[in-house]
Amino acid sequence: MEPASLPPAAVAHVARASYGKLVAYLSARTRDVAKAEDALAQAFLEALNRWPKSGVPESPEAWLLTVARRQLVDHNRRVLTAERGRDHLLLLAEELDDKPRDIPDERLSLMFACAHPAIDVRMRAPLILQTVLGFDAATIAQAFLVSPTTMSQRLVRAKAKIKDAGIPFRIPDRDELPERLDAVLAAVYAAFSAGWADPLGVDVQRKGLADEAIWLARLIVELLPKEPEALGLLALLLHLDARRLARRDEAGHFVPLMEQDPARWQAPLIEEADGLLREASRHYCIGRYQLEAAIQSAHAIRRRTGRADWTALERLYDRLFDLTHSPVVALNRAVVIAELRGAPAGLAALDAIAEDKRLADYQPYWAARAELKARLSDKAAANDAYLRAIGLESDPAVRNFLEERRRRALS
Amino acid sequence: MKYMLLLYRDESRFTRTDNDMSAPYIAYTQALIGAGVLAGGDRLQPVETASTVRQVNGETTVLDGPYADSKEQLGGFFIIDVPDLDSALQWAARCPGATQGSVEVRPLWMMPKPA
Repeated sequence: MEPASLPPAAVAHVARASYGKLVAYLSARTRDVAKAEDALAQAFLEALNRWPKSGVPESPEAWLLTVARRQLVDHNRRVLTAERGRDHLLLLAEELDDKPRDIPDERLSLMFACAHPAIDVRMRAPLILQTVLGFDAATIAQAFLVSPTTMSQRLVRAKAKIKDAGIPFRIPDRDELPERLDAVLAAVYAAFSAGWADPLGVDVQRKGLADEAIWLARLIVELLPKEPEALGLLALLLHLDARRLARRDEAGHFVPLMEQDPARWQAPLIEEADGLLREASRHYCIGRYQLEAAIQSAHAIRRRTGRADWTALERLYDRLFDLTHSPVVALNRAVVIAELRGAPAGLAALDAIAEDKRLADYQPYWAARAELKARLSDKAAANDAYLRAIGLESDPAVRNFLEERRRRALS
Repeated sequence: MKYMLLLYRDESRFTRTDNDMSAPYIAYTQALIGAGVLAGGDRLQPVETASTVRQVNGETTVLDGPYADSKEQLGGFFIIDVPDLDSALQWAARCPGATQGSVEVRPLWMMPKPA
């Protein structure tokens, strides 16, 4: 190996594998995420300078940790004279040594801190992306459609809150674990959804986001292998990811789920997802993500039987609705009912939720409504609903697809 | 809060009778009305219809053309009333103008209510 050409790639590799681990380890002791990140950034900078000359150290992780810790100690020595600061200093200095050793993996504790109930729900996913994966504020802002300045201010504020409010870095006790874990899983799901909006992966950063969310879901399963909902979330993401490419045809047109060619789905991902779901079911503790994964599985079955399992889908959506009372779930349930018992029954189910204000600017509701009205040859109503759906969509490919449907409904 | 969405695009890339353009705008406007957030808006005539007036040292001058000569021109605007900037940005992303050019999002200056 040529040491001179190796380091930048080696640094990148270590960054990917170790960044979150090191941030978690450092901030779990100081509860100061921002400072841990700064110290680590300095350490990486130093690695980029030194490794080309000296070669990559035997344990890059331990090397980075030591340098980052020195940064923190120096920093504290400079600015802190208070009692608290001295304790802090002692704590860090005691652990200072260069020897390679196992750095305990505290990323999960970090994730629980980021998804703590005291943190604004919108900021949980961005915080995890930044602290565990090292995404910069601009990239995160892009994915969540927020201005970069706003995003970086919110990140700074959220980190200050972790420190100032004394949010703990720990895995919650058994009795509060399910609820707290749900917040972590929701944040990972939010990160995935932000990346999912770009099915072709044209926008490299966004495609990366869906992959990174799957990576986080795998990490959670690895650290909490017996949590059925963690298994459920990973199964759900893998099912969705299996269809990523099938959502566009060769010409780049949007293809809805029902019209996708199952041969273009990625079978290994589907099989892995179903395996995870089976494993989750052994714990006899159903939850939102297992149900959502099972719903995707009932669609995926079309690749073998030629037809989605609509009966199972109705049952699953019923249970999911009992659990969440979400209007989005009710909407999907109405689509299934239309499939099983015809468009009038589906429309009746849609009418039952039409008053819900949250659906007024929810594109899929209007698209579903338009579709059913078109099936019943109610051209005027179909036209109105298609227009609403088109106006609410920001993806040009989906907009074109809906416009095509609208034209077809009017002809 | 009220925001103005200013739609900029390169006029030379669109013909004036481009009817293809209006369908997505009709849909977008319907969606704004349906969600109860539309507070105003209109499409502007092409930039060569513009005149610019300025008064310097008591002397009024009228210039032919727009205030600024730029690659993209202001072609229309919407005023929306939404809870916050996040929501305004989401509506801006849905605007057909975002695909054709750019959409600038600016909060309106709120006049203090007379006592």
